[in-house]
Amino acid sequence: MSVATQDTAIRTGRVTRTLIYLVLLLFALFYMLPLYVMLVNSVKPLDEITGGGMMNLPKVFTLEPWAKAWSSAQIGVEPTGLKPYFWNSIKMVVPAVIISTVLGALNGYVLTKWRFRGDTILFGLMLFACFIPFQIVLIPMARMLGLMGVAGTTWGLVLVHVVYGIGFTTLYFRNYYAVFPTELIRAAQIDGAGFFQIFWRILLPSSGPIAVVSIIWQFTNIWNDFLFGASFAGADSQPMTVALNNLVQSSTGVKEYNVHFAGAILAALPTLLVYIVAGRYFVRGLMAGSVKG
Amino acid sequence: MAYAVDVDLKTRLQSWLPKLVLSPSLAMILVFVYGFIIFSVYLSFTDSRLLPSYEWVGWENYSKLWRLSHWKISLTNMGIFAALYISICTILGLSLAIFLDQKVRAEGVIRTIYLYPMALSFIVTGTAWKWFLDPGIGLENVLQTWGWTSFEFDWIKNRDFAIYTVVLAAVWQTSGFVMAMFLAGLRGIDNEILKAAQMDGASNWNLYRRIIIPQLRPAFLSAFVILSHLAIKTFDLVIALTGGGPGRATELPATFMYSYTFSRNQMGIGAASATIMLMTIAAIMIPYLYAELREKK
Repeated sequence: MSVATQDTAIRTGRVTRTLIYLVLLLFALFYMLPLYVMLVNSVKPLDEITGGGMMNLPKVFTLEPWAKAWSSAQIGVEPTGLKPYFWNSIKMVVPAVIISTVLGALNGYVLTKWRFRGDTILFGLMLFACFIPFQIVLIPMARMLGLMGVAGTTWGLVLVHVVYGIGFTTLYFRNYYAVFPTELIRAAQIDGAGFFQIFWRILLPSSGPIAVVSIIWQFTNIWNDFLFGASFAGADSQPMTVALNNLVQSSTGVKEYNVHFAGAILAALPTLLVYIVAGRYFVRGLMAGSVKG
Repeated sequence: MAYAVDVDLKTRLQSWLPKLVLSPSLAMILVFVYGFIIFSVYLSFTDSRLLPSYEWVGWENYSKLWRLSHWKISLTNMGIFAALYISICTILGLSLAIFLDQKVRAEGVIRTIYLYPMALSFIVTGTAWKWFLDPGIGLENVLQTWGWTSFEFDWIKNRDFAIYTVVLAAVWQTSGFVMAMFLAGLRGIDNEILKAAQMDGASNWNLYRRIIIPQLRPAFLSAFVILSHLAIKTFDLVIALTGGGPGRATELPATFMYSYTFSRNQMGIGAASATIMLMTIAAIMIPYLYAELREKK
């Protein structure tokens, strides 16, 4: 991604500029709208929502829905709130992100600095794995997790996310290391440095930015995953997205919209925070997956 | 003498080390991706129902699949969804990128706002839009209380229009990303050519039409590939937004596969539908990846 200059040769008149700002503002509203609706309605009592006025600011401000969504809302059969599922997601995401990023870094290193015949084909095979419709692996994966004795566990999900994530992490590190001067590595080799020494002493110290990209990308993807969670998680390993869906879709009792909204924001909060804090890296990760180089 | 053997072993180990390091990842990919693909494709030729069975039935699942109205509806919906989703995202993304590229003030803030939906889970997006579009408490209700009493917007509950609400939510989520892709493309264009064309009296409209947009070809291609693969994989959004309904109005191949395999116990047919999804994506992705990886050399 080369956001080289803000400088464009195009010149626009005053009327055109006003129109441009108007359109840009309009779309900013369009993108903000659902978030606004969720936020505003998550701090209203239920009768205020069912009485209409979704766009209005709350007349009575309450944090009750947030407390309920977090710790006492009915999810499935248990009134546990989203809290345990939040921790399930954390327990799944952290190891999966670390393992897939470490493997990606090593793979990228081998594929750029220790090239061998057929390495591009192998990389192509890894990369294609990111884009397959995961429906094609659901059935055998369910059986494999059973055979390995990790069906329905957090570790099973970690495995799944590592397997389908290393294509992307490898891509990031491969593209990043590809432009790293190979002469430095040759020189270190002549000095007698081995495979891991070179990686540890020369490449790793300058891998900070791409590691951040990889971690953010994996974190966002795995946190937001629903298909694998819904297919392979057991009762005590269900991630946040699955729990949120259960909360919202539950057909029993009154629909507590305010609790649903609070729950949705809770589910969105970690990735949203990451985006706000490190948006630049998030965008870099997105772009590397599309326009390579 | 012993020393020489030692050194030899060490260098040989060193030369094997890179491949050794790569091999766990490769093994995982080969088993969990390609092995599984072969297994699933094989299952699509068997009479598997609740559990995998190895009784070969040839093309039976595929011929059953193509006779199912449920599958045909999923495909029609996919056609409508993919066509609208891809074209709207592309047009919107390109337009917003061009507007943002006019030395706009607060560009960073606007970009952040446009792109944040991409950080959300489709389940969150689906939940938000579900209530926003709900005639009872959502937009319809709001505009009616604001005085537009005849306003009706019940698409999400309407069989003929529900699929468009999926398009709307999906566009909301990804169009900012497409915008970012085009913006990166625009920033890479050489200004000298533009200035030369301006000297020759070219209008802005012509600059974009003749020079700038044609130069964005790689961005168009990437956008198309990314969007089409996202479209075919769309699953969570439908689950959260409409659950495939009303009726089957928003069923897509991904939801079809899931319900046939896991709730209707028709694993053979489910595997056949997954195979068709894979083939469609492969037809788009393989040439793209091939071209991308070849250029690198």
